Amino acid sequence: MKEDSVVKTETFPARFMDKLFMGMPLTDYMRNLMTPFNAFAMFVLCVGVPLLVVRFTSGLATVTHASNEYPWGILLGWGLFAGVPLSATGYVMATAVYVFGYTEYHPLVRLGVLTGFMGYLFAVIYLLTDLGRPWRIYYPMAVSYGPTSVLFLVAWHVALYLTVQLLEFSPAILEWLHSKRVRKWAIMITLAMTIAGVMLSTLHQSALGALFLLAPGKLHPLWYSSFIPVFFFISSIYAGCAMVIAVSTIGARFLRERADEQFLGSLDRLTIGLGKCACVVIFVYFTLKIIGVAHDNNWDLLGTPYGYWFLVETCIFVLIPGILYTMGVKKKSAAIVRFASFFAIAGIVLNRLNVSMIAFNWNLPGHLHSLIPPWKEGFLVLTIITFHILLFRWILNRMPVLREDPRYGLHGE
Amino acid sequence: MGKETKKAGVKTSREKKGDGAGVKWSRRDFLKTVTAAGGSALVATPSKAIAYKKLEGWPNRLGMLTDLAQCVGCRSCERACNEANSLPAPSVPFDAKSVFAEKRRPTASAYTVVNRYENPKDGGEPIYRKVQCNHCNEPACASACPVRAYRKTPEGAVLYNADLCFGCRYCMIACPFYAPAYDYESAFEPRVVKCTMCYERVTKGGVPACAKACPMEAITFGKRKDLVKLARAKIARDPDRYLDQIYGEHTAGGTGWLYIAGAPFGKLDFPTNLPDSPLVEQTKGFLSSVPLVLILWPAVLGLCYSAMNRKGEMHADDDGETRTKGKEDEK
Repeated sequence: MKEDSVVKTETFPARFMDKLFMGMPLTDYMRNLMTPFNAFAMFVLCVGVPLLVVRFTSGLATVTHASNEYPWGILLGWGLFAGVPLSATGYVMATAVYVFGYTEYHPLVRLGVLTGFMGYLFAVIYLLTDLGRPWRIYYPMAVSYGPTSVLFLVAWHVALYLTVQLLEFSPAILEWLHSKRVRKWAIMITLAMTIAGVMLSTLHQSALGALFLLAPGKLHPLWYSSFIPVFFFISSIYAGCAMVIAVSTIGARFLRERADEQFLGSLDRLTIGLGKCACVVIFVYFTLKIIGVAHDNNWDLLGTPYGYWFLVETCIFVLIPGILYTMGVKKKSAAIVRFASFFAIAGIVLNRLNVSMIAFNWNLPGHLHSLIPPWKEGFLVLTIITFHILLFRWILNRMPVLREDPRYGLHGE
Repeated sequence: MGKETKKAGVKTSREKKGDGAGVKWSRRDFLKTVTAAGGSALVATPSKAIAYKKLEGWPNRLGMLTDLAQCVGCRSCERACNEANSLPAPSVPFDAKSVFAEKRRPTASAYTVVNRYENPKDGGEPIYRKVQCNHCNEPACASACPVRAYRKTPEGAVLYNADLCFGCRYCMIACPFYAPAYDYESAFEPRVVKCTMCYERVTKGGVPACAKACPMEAITFGKRKDLVKLARAKIARDPDRYLDQIYGEHTAGGTGWLYIAGAPFGKLDFPTNLPDSPLVEQTKGFLSSVPLVLILWPAVLGLCYSAMNRKGEMHADDDGETRTKGKEDEK
């Protein structure tokens, strides 16, 4: 027993470095890092990291243009309100495979869960950057409870769901670390975690919309609807499908050597299948949006400038992707489905930015002028996006996500 | 629902009694469902307190009445507020009229500001409007706060506690009157800043600084129910001077700070698109659906899972090998 542990400690650094450098010697690994993308990322971080430091040492006013009228800016508009629906991938894929039994989607489950986990992790990072006193982030969980607040619910659910997603993704980490026994435990909780994930997602995806129910005087009536929680939840479902398609497309293109035959071979078929799901849901969403206008009898508002903008959002960025999905599925063309997915994702981002920024405070004078963020705030977002991509790639390069570890067989089974 | 799932599990185990693997499969199945339900119960705890009753409000709460027809824009209230709350000196002195060139709002260094509006009735005589926290009967800011940093005191003031605040600024999103300001300049102790209705003075029997300083008696301090009567009396006495409306009597559930004026409130930048019910009512429906989702979802999804699984087993009866194979893969 003693001898064993001695041997272990001796080899531990070596094993650790092996994991870190993907089995390459340090020099080879460094040489591999010399790519144009990495050079660009390096540039972004060289400017962005000092900006982050300035934000935390000299206050929000130094980098953002957050004001008393506009307490939430692009950091939350993009990072939280657009980031969370695009991270619906985890619950959408896990539910499809583990609850509804669409087992053929197995090759995409881990990617979905990882995309979701990373999305939530970075949503929290955006939030931490934006909070006045981020070191008190745990206050709603441990110090003082405000259960009348929708944000209280969001805080709890995002925290719990982040944990759930880490547990859902943990088999991949444990396979990477060769921790067979712990992995077995992690696999055992899959179904429970999946169901917990759906519960938490249903509630906080819709809660992000419900946050704005408290501001009937500020949000434009075309976006302020008692259906807004339903809009946010339903659109998160097709956002999840679209994101899995988009991320798998990018993964198969740029990290082809990390993917296995099963992943690459089934990708087109699964993409079309996911496209079918997205297609149905996007039309459900489109119909609900129309019903929303009818419910509040807001037809006359469609003829105003904000009405035109609403039509741009719902017709160009929801209806057209829906039609493209239909075409892609009918023609069995993965390429069209992929294009539709990127289009639909743009639509989701636009909708969330509309609710949280563009249609919010619409009746303040000079409103649209106040929306343009200063370059520093934009750069801060770019910096966090860069960290997001780098960490995502780091994980895909090392852990069995786009491929199966032959020692363990089917993902999550 | 849960019972049904359980029943299905028991049934399969009985059916497959001869087959050891079959029993194990369904028992684990059942355990998984139970774990999920247990998880949901755990999650449900924090949302327990959302039940909420119609509030009448503190009976003797105090309030303020601003008579805009009376205000001459001398900004004495701004100066008094600044001194009473030891706020930083303003960049433009309090007797300067140049500040009226633009519409201001309360900031981290000014709890209250006075703005000037053109009089729609009489171009020569402008209307001045004092802006500050309205100390709502059921404050949206307080209901928005995830850490309960706000409270409505029995005296009527809505107070903010910086010791609990983590700076999400949802209160500022929620406030329909754009009252709370945030101290964005501070890196380590940023906080929300707003009028306190001079809470400390009031609890000692005093009068808020702005009301005391007003040379025109445009600001009256007193019990809210008396102020409503006073406002009505003023309007009745001089119907040509005032519009027959008290702003804040019902708006967003009623505000502690009331206003009467000679011009339509919409022309003076008062929000006129607010419901009469407290804004928290708008989120009540959503919040009450939370426990439903937490309880129903695991049961419904558990049922889906068991239904899907059953289908698999039924197929397996036709083609016995498929299922056994799946089992081996799993191990």
